[in-house]
Amino acid sequence: MAGTLAEKVWDAHVVRRGTEGAPDLLYIDLHLVHEVTSPQAFEGLRLAGRQVRRPDLTLATEDHNTPTLDIDRPIADTTSRTQIETLRRNAAEFGVRIHSLGDADQGIVHQVGPQLGLTQPGLTVVCGDSHTSTHGAFGALAFGIGTSEVEHVLATQTLPLAPFKTMAITVNGQLPPGATSKDIILAIIAKIGTGGGQGYVLEYRGEAIRSLSMEARMTICNMSIEAGARAGMIAPDETTFEYLKGRPHAPEGADWDAAVEYWRTLRTDDDATFDEEVVLEAADLEPFVTWGTNPGQGLPLSAAVPVPEEIADANERVAAERAIEYMGLTPGQPLRDIKVDTVFIGSCTNGRIEDLRSVAKVVQGKHKADDVRVLVVPASARVRLQAEAEGLDKIFLDFGAEWRNAGCSMCLGMNPDQLAPGERSASTSNRNFEGRQGKGGRTHLVSPLVAAATAIRGTLSSISDLGEDPRAFDGSPLTDLQSV
Amino acid sequence: MEKFTQHTGVGVPLRRSNVDTDQIIPAVYLKRVTRTGFEDALFAAWRGDPEFLLNQDAYKNGSVLVAGPDFGTGSSREHAVWALKDYGFRVVISARFADIFRGNSGKQGLLAAQVAQEDIELIWKILETRPGTEVTVDLESRTVTCDDVVVPFQVDDYTRWRLLEGLDDIGLTLQHADEISAFEETREPWRPRTLPAKHLPPAEIKAARPVPVTIGRPD
Repeated sequence: MAGTLAEKVWDAHVVRRGTEGAPDLLYIDLHLVHEVTSPQAFEGLRLAGRQVRRPDLTLATEDHNTPTLDIDRPIADTTSRTQIETLRRNAAEFGVRIHSLGDADQGIVHQVGPQLGLTQPGLTVVCGDSHTSTHGAFGALAFGIGTSEVEHVLATQTLPLAPFKTMAITVNGQLPPGATSKDIILAIIAKIGTGGGQGYVLEYRGEAIRSLSMEARMTICNMSIEAGARAGMIAPDETTFEYLKGRPHAPEGADWDAAVEYWRTLRTDDDATFDEEVVLEAADLEPFVTWGTNPGQGLPLSAAVPVPEEIADANERVAAERAIEYMGLTPGQPLRDIKVDTVFIGSCTNGRIEDLRSVAKVVQGKHKADDVRVLVVPASARVRLQAEAEGLDKIFLDFGAEWRNAGCSMCLGMNPDQLAPGERSASTSNRNFEGRQGKGGRTHLVSPLVAAATAIRGTLSSISDLGEDPRAFDGSPLTDLQSV
Repeated sequence: MEKFTQHTGVGVPLRRSNVDTDQIIPAVYLKRVTRTGFEDALFAAWRGDPEFLLNQDAYKNGSVLVAGPDFGTGSSREHAVWALKDYGFRVVISARFADIFRGNSGKQGLLAAQVAQEDIELIWKILETRPGTEVTVDLESRTVTCDDVVVPFQVDDYTRWRLLEGLDDIGLTLQHADEISAFEETREPWRPRTLPAKHLPPAEIKAARPVPVTIGRPD
């Protein structure tokens, strides 16, 4: 029977079909764990006298709480330190592999899985973190779970799951210069809304998606959750196989051939149907920024802050009024006039080597705006090493930016990297919720290119505002060096 | 898990849409390693406002939260459910819930009752006109009763059954341990394993150091 990519991966993991309204029981191939959503799950196992069923399908990293400075010293915040020490203790007690702060394989869990080659097409991947959707870029069915489910997967390596609906999001044509995969996903969320994907697994398709690198695809799938979707997927292709080949945990020899043969079947059949279809033209896209307090409140950079009175839907109007007040903006104000205090470049959305390269190309030989703080936080320790091997750290430091150790950092401000009340950021992260980056902080979500241009000018800006040709700033290396 | 059949308690009309989990519980409160004691963290940013609903006498003992659409979006943190429960909420009513939040609620015995927005508007009016009015939520009949308004709510059959019976998911799944083992026998050998660990060559990670604070920066 014809099926979509998501249905094929689902069907290959059903341990037991649900009957009479009960959910299917699905096998989980890879369980990623971090310090914030796991302590209560391990405690649950301990109380029930249960073991981790498959430590060999489980991987832990430290990312949410970790400082990005002085990582060779004890963590100053004692509650953060306790949480990280708890993860280390739990990993040791239950035999789970862990990459701790200071380890070369430490980093944001959604970068560590792919860079080790553990994230592969056709897998089911879960983690107690909503941005697990990132791994869907490989054609895996990957989604965030809560702590009770973390405990469930630790104990059983399965999850009972109600079936998803499927939505095709087709992006035709080619992106214009200066627009990136971040702008694609921000435009999609603005179009379908923060609840538009609820109950769905999204499949991103079309020429614009196929032309993206793996890292750019990860940016798109990463933010599927911001449209409310449980997961986002992209069918694997040569780009995927090329990325995986030779990574530490990628299959080798005959196993590689067998795996690729299977991976090639992981595509939506021509005669399969989706429950919903959305189409975008890439040529219409331009750099996108958010003006409000949810990721659906975004507009092209050339637009102005909305005027609430002009919004027809009453709920949306109230939400817009509240957001504009919180953000300290004026209705009708051009987005380009918004001045920022901080530029944050990092996160599981845009903290990868290609992101850092494109920023470095923009800022090379320039100096940041005087009263702007610029934080560059690589997604993983390996990304940091790679950037240093390519000399990007020097470019950032010469620019006046801070070059930090890896972690989630200011994306959610669980470590000391936070906005002060009333401070405004242009951030390459994924959420602009009230207080997300620090109590009272104001966040504008942007692409790495917009972040770089904004750091130079001090106001929300695109590459074209610098009078430069955006085609020069892709994610390719500045020099020829091996990949991470 | 505690059984849930019917609950009656003070309704709290939270007239906001897109109440994300960062609003329900900010990230700074997620550093605790316990499963209880999160009541102070609930809506922490809003609790500082004396006008906020939970700071008003009529609502502060509320146990049925009646919120706008798209409740619980964003982060997967189950702490959001724990905070609501620790505060005393047993039911959240909304026209639409984020998937992960709804799933987490079901695991913890917090009922996420989906009610049409027009019915929520009716309930809001009553709760705002007469603060302190009680709301009864009946899981058997799937109805919400608030004064003379009786409206249906949706909850999926499986979650309803588990809540009514107070059943624990892990225990249910482990009844099928044989089937899990049988499935594992069929998994292809090339599927990745995290152990034994494979790495890129070892490397030293240098600690980044603070740079001098620039003009106008807070510490």
